[in-house]
Amino acid sequence: MKSIVCIKRVPDSEARIRVGGDGVGIDPAGVKYVMNPYDEFALEEAIRLKEEAGDGLVTVLSVGPEESKEILRTALAMGADAALLLASPGSADGLVIARALAEEIGDREYDLILFGKQAIDDDNMQVPAMVAELLGLPCASVVVELEIEGRHAVAHREVEGGHEIVEFDLPAVVGAQKGLNEPRYPSLKGIMAAKKKPLDVKEISFTEPKVRIVALQEPPPRAGGEIVGEGPKAVPELVRRLRDRALI
Amino acid sequence: MARVLVYAETRDGELRPVASETVTAGGDLAEQLGGSVDVFLLGPPGMAQRAADLGRYGADRIFVAEDQSFSSYAAEAAVRFCEDLVGREAYDAVVFPASAQGKDLAPRTAARLDRGLATEVVSVGVDDGRPVATRPMFAGKAIATVAFSELPALISVRPNVFRPKERPADGSVEIVEIASEPTAQRVTGIETGDREALDVSEANIVISGGRGMKDPENWSVLEDLVEALGDDATLGASRAVVDAGWRPHSEQVGQTGKVVSPSLYFAVGISGAIQHLAGMRTAKTIVAINRDAEAPIFSVADYGLVGDLFEVVPALAAEIRRVRAGG
Ligand SMILES: Cc1cc2nc3c(=O)[nH]c(=O)nc-3n(C[C@H](O)[C@H](O)[C@H](O)COP(=O)(O)OP(=O)(O)OC[C@H]3O[C@@H](n4cnc5c(N)ncnc54)[C@H](O)[C@@H]3O)c2cc1C
Ligand SMILES: Nc1ncnc2c1ncn2[C@@H]1O[C@H](COP(=O)(O)O)[C@@H](O)[C@H]1O
Repeated sequence: MKSIVCIKRVPDSEARIRVGGDGVGIDPAGVKYVMNPYDEFALEEAIRLKEEAGDGLVTVLSVGPEESKEILRTALAMGADAALLLASPGSADGLVIARALAEEIGDREYDLILFGKQAIDDDNMQVPAMVAELLGLPCASVVVELEIEGRHAVAHREVEGGHEIVEFDLPAVVGAQKGLNEPRYPSLKGIMAAKKKPLDVKEISFTEPKVRIVALQEPPPRAGGEIVGEGPKAVPELVRRLRDRALI
Repeated sequence: MARVLVYAETRDGELRPVASETVTAGGDLAEQLGGSVDVFLLGPPGMAQRAADLGRYGADRIFVAEDQSFSSYAAEAAVRFCEDLVGREAYDAVVFPASAQGKDLAPRTAARLDRGLATEVVSVGVDDGRPVATRPMFAGKAIATVAFSELPALISVRPNVFRPKERPADGSVEIVEIASEPTAQRVTGIETGDREALDVSEANIVISGGRGMKDPENWSVLEDLVEALGDDATLGASRAVVDAGWRPHSEQVGQTGKVVSPSLYFAVGISGAIQHLAGMRTAKTIVAINRDAEAPIFSVADYGLVGDLFEVVPALAAEIRRVRAGG
């Protein structure tokens, strides 16, 4: 089983986000960066599929700055076999990233391309389906269950009120949702082994982005914070206020 | 004259509730651009009759593709249908719902058309005669305004944000043949839970329980409140209780769960961690019930009630029933 897993370096979910001086990006000062949490599910699935098959190859790709080597190294320590950073100056939208990944993946041999369902920085939820379209592959996004038998795959994807069951043949694109598996932590042995695995950097150039952020703002604070009262005796007052606002 | 194209979502031959919201969002944009709204949708034979209803929300022309296989989401056919329509007419924008279907369809279409896409949009506008959109990023910790360098601009709109607006228009229905091609993937079924519960991202009222609920058995307390509030209420959960296996992941609200924008959100026994707030801070009204007066959830709640949820929630359900019965 040969898998390619696309991973992104993003601010930690706890990070406080401040708008930077340019007014269109964030101020990176004091922000801790991690592997996008959904990408951990994608990577774990790839490693498991390789382990189950008894042989195979897991390659991780990331488009981003030099610092993304850190998450690629983590991926190698978790059990990926090889890593490649696609580095480019300039800004990118979802389609630019998808093109960069599709171009790199195009010449490779693979059974599955795995993604997180969403990057928690841009919250785009675009790249997996775009790569599938660009490579002409089937695509199941937001997958919580994946079964592969030979060249045939059955995926359960989360939809409103339940799961949709999608069937397709490999090679294919899968976007991982929480629930697909429980990602492992890198072991000490894994961390040592990672040092000997290939981590390459390739300079690329981006295509023109078609979506541009023209302003980035902090959200207006919620004017909340009113305590209606304490205990069950405050319930009638709460209900009165909700009725006044025609909410119930 | 400007034209906006809207994808109306269907399932099992019925329009989904987000369809009228998406048409409304398209109408908001068309109104600002000085133009009209066209709609496209797929469904089984007979779909065309149901589709006419979208005229009420501002659909001028409605293009319908009918085929038995369109009872469930047909990704590849939908992309081709959109591509055909965009090839016929110079659309300024194509609007999708940011629902499960739309989150799949919009990026596929963007790649096919080689156009930019803004997802999870919460408002649309016009700058210099061209569409712009605002969308949350970093789980709502920042709001971006985005512009598009080429038209049509592709936009998917967050469910429950664009409330359906009556905007009567022609609503003329045209059945369109789309070439059938072998598909690389097929939806073979839908599994729903025991209860046909309203999805947490679509409900108008969400009642979420957290670790303060103590035990999965205690959810009967929240279920009773859902029942008192009626058909447009549903259950949500914090990650702590989902991770504990008390509730299904489909109910999780937050950064790694669902983002919800109901009219009314109850956080019951939830502390208000930053990742939880990311999923519900855009609710119109937030009510927090927690016995710890210092819990961070109170800083975002419109109405806070300090107390033991096992006393407060049953009293709340009873009071709601009482005032509703009293008219
Ligand atoms: C990468 C990442 C992603 C995450 N994503 C999410 C996410 O999507 N959604 C999410 O919710 N969390 C998420 N979290 C977890 C989050 O940080 C918190 O751990 C979680 O939200 C806590 O859940 P809780 O409020 O139910 O539990 P707790 O924080 O334990 O709070 C329980 C609350 O119940 C109150 N309580 C106890 N007993 C009673 C009683 N009898 N009556 C009234 N009140 C009572 C307590 O005062 C307390 O405030 C994420 C974390 C990480 C690291
Ligand atoms: N810069 C990137 N490099 C590698 N993979 C990426 C990058 N951006 C997005 N992805 C992948 O695409 C998924 C969805 O991202 P997005 O569409 O940006 O929300 C992520 O979970 C990653 O798997």
